[in-house]
Amino acid sequence: MRRTLQSIPLLLLISMILFLILDKAPGGPLAPYLQNPHITPADIARLKHNLGLDQPLPVRYVKWLGQVLRGDLGYSTSNSEPVLQAMLERLPATLELMGASTLIAIVVGIGAGIFSAVRPYTFADYFITTFAFFGQSMPVFWLALMMQLAFAVHGIPLPFGYQIQLPSAGLADNVDSFSLGDRLSHLILPAVVLSVLSLALYSRFMRSSMLEVTQTDYMRTAAAKGLAPRTIIFKHGLKNALIPVVTVIALSLPGLIAGAVVTETIFSWPGMGRLFINALQQEDIALLMGYLCVIAFLVVLFNLLADITYAWLDPRVKYD
Amino acid sequence: MSTGSVLISPAGIEDDDLQMTKVTFWRRLRRHRLAVAGFVVLAFIVLCAVFAPQLSPFDPTYIDPHWQGNPLPPCFVNSSQCAGHILGTDEVGRDLLSRLLFGARISLTVAFFAVVMEVVIGTILGALAGYYGGWVDYVIMRVTDVFLSIPLLPLLLVLTGIVAASSSKASLSFLTIVIIIGALSWPGVARLVRATFLSLREREFAEAARAVGNNDFRIIFRHLLPNAIAPIVVQATLDVANVIVLESTLSFLGFGIQPPTASWGNMLANAQATLEQAWWVAVLPGLCILFTVLAINYIGDGLRDALDPNMR
Repeated sequence: MRRTLQSIPLLLLISMILFLILDKAPGGPLAPYLQNPHITPADIARLKHNLGLDQPLPVRYVKWLGQVLRGDLGYSTSNSEPVLQAMLERLPATLELMGASTLIAIVVGIGAGIFSAVRPYTFADYFITTFAFFGQSMPVFWLALMMQLAFAVHGIPLPFGYQIQLPSAGLADNVDSFSLGDRLSHLILPAVVLSVLSLALYSRFMRSSMLEVTQTDYMRTAAAKGLAPRTIIFKHGLKNALIPVVTVIALSLPGLIAGAVVTETIFSWPGMGRLFINALQQEDIALLMGYLCVIAFLVVLFNLLADITYAWLDPRVKYD
Repeated sequence: MSTGSVLISPAGIEDDDLQMTKVTFWRRLRRHRLAVAGFVVLAFIVLCAVFAPQLSPFDPTYIDPHWQGNPLPPCFVNSSQCAGHILGTDEVGRDLLSRLLFGARISLTVAFFAVVMEVVIGTILGALAGYYGGWVDYVIMRVTDVFLSIPLLPLLLVLTGIVAASSSKASLSFLTIVIIIGALSWPGVARLVRATFLSLREREFAEAARAVGNNDFRIIFRHLLPNAIAPIVVQATLDVANVIVLESTLSFLGFGIQPPTASWGNMLANAQATLEQAWWVAVLPGLCILFTVLAINYIGDGLRDALDPNMR
């Protein structure tokens, strides 16, 4: 409870600093008029006054905060609609991408981590940990380019003259008629690319957590009882080894939104990341502010959730 | 080998001793080897960067007159069309090898100076917070929380975007990028140094230093800081790798180092358009980034094991 309350001043501080930074940005609601020769400086001053832009920074901040608390994030000049609406329209695409990549990262990452941990310091273990190291060292945008080169431009040849060729841009070939196969084929490349970084992270954490657990007394007891290795690992070991990994997953989820900025740009995926890059190019301050605030809010929220689940999963941990 | 025996062997029963020594041996050798390999690779890349003007066959901004709209191929792909460009040219006819060499300079120096800045800010703030505690700690840590809560990449993009728009794109110079990255990436170091200082200040030598009448400044920088160097060095090494990726991402998206200055990131900015005709434009700069980052990460990993085995 105390931790929940602590995050409120943190969020206020974040919004203040963001407001301060973006106040220095050029553009803003009057940018389209500044270029127009028919609009005199007097008109600009009047518009500024009408919009309240001539008021001191703290006053404008409080006003902005009041609006935000009422669910109004301002008006997006690059999309000609309210910021909230623009973001909500793009949310499903981003959630689809993030959901798919998180699923891949969790299944493959945790699987690989367990696989490596039960046979430590063998060839298979080294192979997986090296792979994870590569995954963490690779720039996401370059991986995306390489995947496009391999799967979209050339296609991977298969026996009997077939080949794997995947689309590399957009949500679907035809947005109006829904086809599951088409959607999935468009999803594969961006989802895999976005998942690599988390996948590598999860597998490294899963491996070290599982290794630690395998050395505990209760695991030895389970082995001494004569239980099958499979039962020991999955029933006794995994439950305990997953606790820290769950925290890592929760903490890494909001970062995925940031990673999606790059992935969505390269794969022309119509999600929030591309919305952000567009807003950046068109100096749409309200949208940038809204986007950064929403992500920061999610980071704080997921930090809190991570703490709560950790305490819930591991009764030995107590927060005051 | 059954998995059951592996499970119990570390604290084990049978060939316990033999297995443990074998395990540690292999582990040390591997770590050591990879860190050494990392050093060799990094030294090679640094030498390439230092001697870029001597090694480059062309000026990195020279546009070859043989170029006619498509990137010229590398000589090992098509020796009759490469016009002396060993690794081919980019999409506007500039020599790729020369740009890679000069790009190494940019990528490495940006990362180096940004990390120096990050370490200086983070160490001072972390040391103050950890040493004094109380409200100093509270204020510094809340600011740290703020910067840790805003994902770095979008924030960097917004800041470089502001700088670019408020003057001109050309103002996104080397120095601006260094300052923006350095000024935003210190919270990790600050947290680390604070945690180290929290435990160090309770130790007897700190008390002794206080007892003989040292002032706070001396205690922090002469007595406590040298004991906190190991984790800082490890963190800084890993951060150099992170910043190389970060800078290349910014430059790739057009918000970092601006052409015609070559950086590994901005060399890839237009690679997507020529992916079909010219794979080398997309593949080669990325390989440079990958190998540099891998080398530094392995060095960091090796340093962590060597300097402080308890940190893992």
